[in-house]
Amino acid sequence: MEYILSFVLLMIGLYCVATKKNIVKIVIGLNIMEYAINLFLILIGYRRGGIAPIRTPDMSLAYFLRYSVDPLPQALVVTSIVIGFGVLALSVSMAIRIYERYGTFDINEIKRLKG
Amino acid sequence: MEFNVLLVFMIIGALIAAETRDLLSAVISVGAVGFIVSLAFLFLKAPDIAITQVVVEVLTLVVLVRATLRNDITTVKGMRGKIGLSFSLAVIVLITLAAYPFFRELPHFGVPLLSQGKSISGFFLKEGLRRTGAANVTTSILLDFRMYDTIGEATILFASLLGALAILRRPSHKKRGARDKEERIK
Repeated sequence: MEYILSFVLLMIGLYCVATKKNIVKIVIGLNIMEYAINLFLILIGYRRGGIAPIRTPDMSLAYFLRYSVDPLPQALVVTSIVIGFGVLALSVSMAIRIYERYGTFDINEIKRLKG
Repeated sequence: MEFNVLLVFMIIGALIAAETRDLLSAVISVGAVGFIVSLAFLFLKAPDIAITQVVVEVLTLVVLVRATLRNDITTVKGMRGKIGLSFSLAVIVLITLAAYPFFRELPHFGVPLLSQGKSISGFFLKEGLRRTGAANVTTSILLDFRMYDTIGEATILFASLLGALAILRRPSHKKRGARDKEERIK
């Protein structure tokens, strides 16, 4: 059920990217897709009733191995979040430049003004 | 169960962000979705990611508000034409159909591959403290076992910010003066 709901979130992002004409809306759709994918990767690594993968001195190794959630997706998703911010900064700066040049965010009008 | 509630809130926020006509309220609702995502990470026992997500979300909101606030046009006028719309909806339905077998292959929620002994994460959990000296296994993967990955991430972030600066840079005064002179000559 959780997987399906995060897939629905991904599809909303894809719908926003594919059908909107406004550049800011397209960037927002990309952002929503990124949230959905990060959340999905963390959901895969979750263990029911688990603990965070931080080992305190009073934990034995067996207890830690039995209850800790999967640390590998977490390490990769930290990377993915930061890269997502880089993508967003680059695309927003392009959108600002396009607005200064053409005075609109509408991609159809930009196409018409260029041709 | 609480994840389902959070996910439903996220879907509502994403729908508002996709459908509202005011760009500023779309940006604010996507920010709300981002903060709910960080809350969900906290519930999913991933405190490192929750912290990272909050920091990145604040920066994202600042950047997106900068893109919308100082411009005159802040409302959206319409969608694409009928043909484009129906084509994109058909593509979305096709992707959903193609994803269906994938969902049957997934491990059940709450029972990761780690607990079936089929993942390398067991090795990280067992050896992380002994080999790297970090009590937080996520950090030991991030900064020791997969260090090259993190260096590559920093490189990508640096390159994209350099690109953003290069795009946003104004032409220097000297060049602008030269262009004015050319126009006057014309």
